[in-house]
Amino acid sequence: MVERKCLTPADFTRARQRLLRMHFEAGVGHLGGNLSALDAMLVLFHEHLGPADPFILSKGHSAGALYVALWSVGRLGEDDLVQFHKDDTLLAGHPPARGVADILFATGSLGHGLSLAAGTALGLRLLRRAGEVVCLTSDGEWQEGSTWEALIFACHHQLANLTILVDHNGLQGFGSTADVASMSPLWDKLQGFDLDVEVIDGHDPQALRAALAVRPNRPRAIMLRTVKGHGVSFLEGRMDSHYLPLSEAQYHQAVAELVAR
Amino acid sequence: MRKQLCDALVARAGKPDMVFLTGDLGFMALEPLQAAMGERFINAGVAEQNLVSVAAGMSRLGLEVWTYSIAPFLYARPFEQIRNDVCFHGLPVKLIGNGGGYGYGVMGSTHHAIEDYGVLLTLPGMHVIAPVFDEDVGSAVARAGEATGPCYLRLGRGEPPKGFLVPAYAPWRCLVEGEGAVVIAFGPLAGTYIETAKARGASLWAVAELPLDASPPPAALLAAIAQAKFICIAEEHVRQGGLASALMLHLALAGVAPRQISHLYARAHNFGRYGSQGYLRRQAGIDPASLAAALDQG
Repeated sequence: MVERKCLTPADFTRARQRLLRMHFEAGVGHLGGNLSALDAMLVLFHEHLGPADPFILSKGHSAGALYVALWSVGRLGEDDLVQFHKDDTLLAGHPPARGVADILFATGSLGHGLSLAAGTALGLRLLRRAGEVVCLTSDGEWQEGSTWEALIFACHHQLANLTILVDHNGLQGFGSTADVASMSPLWDKLQGFDLDVEVIDGHDPQALRAALAVRPNRPRAIMLRTVKGHGVSFLEGRMDSHYLPLSEAQYHQAVAELVAR
Repeated sequence: MRKQLCDALVARAGKPDMVFLTGDLGFMALEPLQAAMGERFINAGVAEQNLVSVAAGMSRLGLEVWTYSIAPFLYARPFEQIRNDVCFHGLPVKLIGNGGGYGYGVMGSTHHAIEDYGVLLTLPGMHVIAPVFDEDVGSAVARAGEATGPCYLRLGRGEPPKGFLVPAYAPWRCLVEGEGAVVIAFGPLAGTYIETAKARGASLWAVAELPLDASPPPAALLAAIAQAKFICIAEEHVRQGGLASALMLHLALAGVAPRQISHLYARAHNFGRYGSQGYLRRQAGIDPASLAAALDQG
């Protein structure tokens, strides 16, 4: 196995800046959930996933973070990112069905990814093939019944080759998860199932590395306590970061904040 | 057709890449398949949305995935999973829906499948196979197995009259030769019309596959339609999105103009009373007597 270099703080900042620029130049929002999920995806692609490990982004509205993570490991090019959200692009606002080898499924409607991941994990087992399937869900999508169907299935079949990450940023489309349909704390509910559950700081690379390094003999869920809009003061924890694009002044302020961190 | 389905799948079960997922159905029917497939026979429980996405995940790895349930549980509940996870990726997942049309009869409207292929054929790459006779099921399974894209197998109950020699499977078959009207029926309903067509001197064609782009009507049928005074298209499916609308568009694009047509189709789920498949076909006006009445008028 190729020894891979640990990400440095500068690597995170560089990816974060590229994410902001991509969204600013495309004039689109959805930054909040991208910034909450980016750190985990960077650690996954740089340090954890091997060539046989499928990754499924169930929270498809964080496609921008996925594209930037793939760019940062050289699997998407600069010429790809500049096409984000444009006509005739491969890189739509949610992950595409075809054309990007590392993207197995078009997602965007919530509640599909965990089932796709469970099917992939059981399929690998039936094929006697190695590989860890990693699925990143949002916290809001645990309101989808199909996500629980998938969890029941994964636990029943003891899919030890399945890792579930939950981007627990606490905000959803039109309110906080606690205000809309509270399951707080979600990890308590998951602990009623036959899987390992760990709660960590989703912006702490060391915590991510340590949690991912554990290989239990049953499925596992790693709850990432994250902040929507992480790293940009005027986006952090704000509903409008789910939707609104940055103005030019906001973009420059955001970049300045990232550089100063 | 469940017995024939089970036999055909058992015969195929030696393929090491074949997986079968059932939505908790198949008791007293699919046990031989379960025994033949071992760990590759999976009861995914009462969770059809998950079942279809799991199938997509497995199919993406190259496994040959068959899914099975009562028809509406398999296409209506998980429609978005079929659309997004299977069809958007062109995956050759096979969806086997038991009880096509009013097959579940008195079990109630929740179990009827009378808008199934119309809805599914709106999806990219979807192929529909509806065996007409029990004898067709082996060929239908083979065709679904060979399909390179998503496929829906609509199972019913073959009902040919006693002594009828079932012709070899084909997407279009002329079951009764006749010089009068032309009757075109979809799936097992066609088998119920054989005696009526014979008695009225009509020709009867059975359709087993859609869409028509993939399985166009044969030239002999187009010629017969152009000549006939009266055409009757019958299906155990609602009017919208069914065989009749597809066929009429096909004919219009081909420049074939039938002189007079009638469409027998399943009425919506709004009967005040329930009954067997035969009862519901009578209520809907798609039973043999209704065909006879249409032919007498036409």
